[in-house]
Amino acid sequence: MADTAASTTADKIADTAVDLAREAAARLVEVHRPSSEIVHFPETAPLRLDCQQLLGPFSIAYKTYGALNAQKSNAILICHALTGDQYVASAHPVTGKAGWWETLVGPGKPVDTNRFFVICSNILGGCMGSTGPASTNPKTGKAYALDFPVITIGDMVDAQVRLIDHLGIDQLFSVIGGSMGGMQVLEWAARHKDRVATAVPIATAPWHSAQNIAFHEVGRQAVMADPEWREGSYLDKGTRPARGLAVARMAAHITYLSEKALEEKFGRNLQNRTARSFSFDADFKIESYLRHQGSTFVDRFDANSYLYITRAMDYFDLEAENGGRLARAFVGTKTQFCIVSFTSDWLYPTRDSKDIVKALNAVAANVSFVEIESSKGHDAFLLEEQEFFSTIQGFINAAAQKRGLGGAPRAGLRPREAQR
Amino acid sequence: MQKPADTNRDNHDNITAPSYSAGTKPRFDHLLIAEMVAPGSRVLDVGCGDGALLQLLTETKAVDGRGMELSRERVNACVTRGLSVIQGDADRDLADYPDQAFDYAILSLTIQATRYPKTVIENLLRIGRYAIVSFPNFGHWKIRAQLLLTGRMPMTENLPEPWYLSPDGHLCTIKDFIHLVGVADAEVEDAVAFNSSGGRIPIKNAWSLQNLMGEKAVFLLKRRH
Repeated sequence: MADTAASTTADKIADTAVDLAREAAARLVEVHRPSSEIVHFPETAPLRLDCQQLLGPFSIAYKTYGALNAQKSNAILICHALTGDQYVASAHPVTGKAGWWETLVGPGKPVDTNRFFVICSNILGGCMGSTGPASTNPKTGKAYALDFPVITIGDMVDAQVRLIDHLGIDQLFSVIGGSMGGMQVLEWAARHKDRVATAVPIATAPWHSAQNIAFHEVGRQAVMADPEWREGSYLDKGTRPARGLAVARMAAHITYLSEKALEEKFGRNLQNRTARSFSFDADFKIESYLRHQGSTFVDRFDANSYLYITRAMDYFDLEAENGGRLARAFVGTKTQFCIVSFTSDWLYPTRDSKDIVKALNAVAANVSFVEIESSKGHDAFLLEEQEFFSTIQGFINAAAQKRGLGGAPRAGLRPREAQR
Repeated sequence: MQKPADTNRDNHDNITAPSYSAGTKPRFDHLLIAEMVAPGSRVLDVGCGDGALLQLLTETKAVDGRGMELSRERVNACVTRGLSVIQGDADRDLADYPDQAFDYAILSLTIQATRYPKTVIENLLRIGRYAIVSFPNFGHWKIRAQLLLTGRMPMTENLPEPWYLSPDGHLCTIKDFIHLVGVADAEVEDAVAFNSSGGRIPIKNAWSLQNLMGEKAVFLLKRRH
């Protein structure tokens, strides 16, 4: 009997290990041969990076949804956040989970793929098919690892511009993104004014604050402190800095929530037990939750990518890029802006969004700004928040109408509330 | 009156009038303001509330309209309706706008709730080539009579709250307002007083009569120099 139980447990562990190994392998496959579309740019057309290095050849993996109209005027680019990817409205090839913004993007959703051609690309530096530190360095035949150049948000946008050129689109109807995606939206609007009709930066900031840099540094140091990181060359050495990356994710995850959300969701509740264990097990629900977040993250993300992308965010400062005056970034803009923040977001607080609004007002730009009441912290932009959805829907519909992109949408297009 | 030229604008003719406001009757004070606005102009509505005036101006005058509103709920409602509106405070946030960015800066039934009416008016005249200001007239005979007969702060349809709950800290009469126009180095281009039944009393020079009979007034102002 005991033997059977033991062997069952052993089987389970073995099964889990096999599953994890399969997921890790699946993730590596996605680095080199993504399930999505991919476009390769040859060495002869390299990307000039902000660090002054040339990157080429390089590849951008992307997904599209809906159909591009004959005038090519209905394209919307969705920019993903730190740990997002191109699977905005379709199942993730490694985890099988629903698209990360399926609540917002899809047929009949506020960003309606029946009406718009939606593009979402994996960012430069990512690990889901676009060129990043896990990709093979053509000069060495090995993974780039730390030989990958340090990139910026502007570099990510320049790579997206190549993709949009490749798709033959002159002007995007809209560029939409939250958090780091919002930083890309701001860079698009600042660097490529004529190519962006409307811009929707959500839960973001015109520069990365000291506090945000601090949290990122904790995450990076956690990765680098993992002996399996091997000075970045873990892919060649066949190791995985899974623990370090998991800790980085755990720390970051706290910043995506709010104190109230933590209190409401977890409180001091214990996990699967009635009393404290007087050990360092995950006694509390919140501990168990964070450990789960950490361990599932490492299955789908590359540790070096995490270092590079967080660095790009830290370097983001649209004010400094424009000679110390943020408004200068938007001089002459004809883009219509819709800025959104959330009341309980302390990572990218409303005052950061207000700085953007202030700069846009200073050049008399066309700007809407809403602050959405939510207790869910920074994560709110990824969750089902009705007021947020109706704002986005109202803004997009009015802007589309103004540009002759289809009449009023059919009735009953409100996103479902049933999933609440 | 000299109307702003419709130059260098997007092609407003292509704007399809949104249908969601169909059936609602425009407010009389909004219609009076709309009469003062040239078609196709750039308009900033400070304290735009639920966006009804912006909507009216967009639909009937094809303006390029923007709004600012203090209440978050109302801002969100405006943006959901497709209007370009930001959350902001007339006393604090008008300073962010550049000079002469708009043809008209409108302050509709809001001046009495501002903390620094003079600064707000000066900002409106700086941001817009014209300022349009409407306000409830505290000199109306009913208000005067209430104060005289009851000895207490008047409460009327336009001023429905008791003094201790009312956000209106800076109520004024038409004569007071005209005085402020002078202090702010502006001049009156056009003005209309009106009452709740929709009757209008054009303000020419006989200010005293309007000050007594008008429940509200709309002024079109511009800088003196």
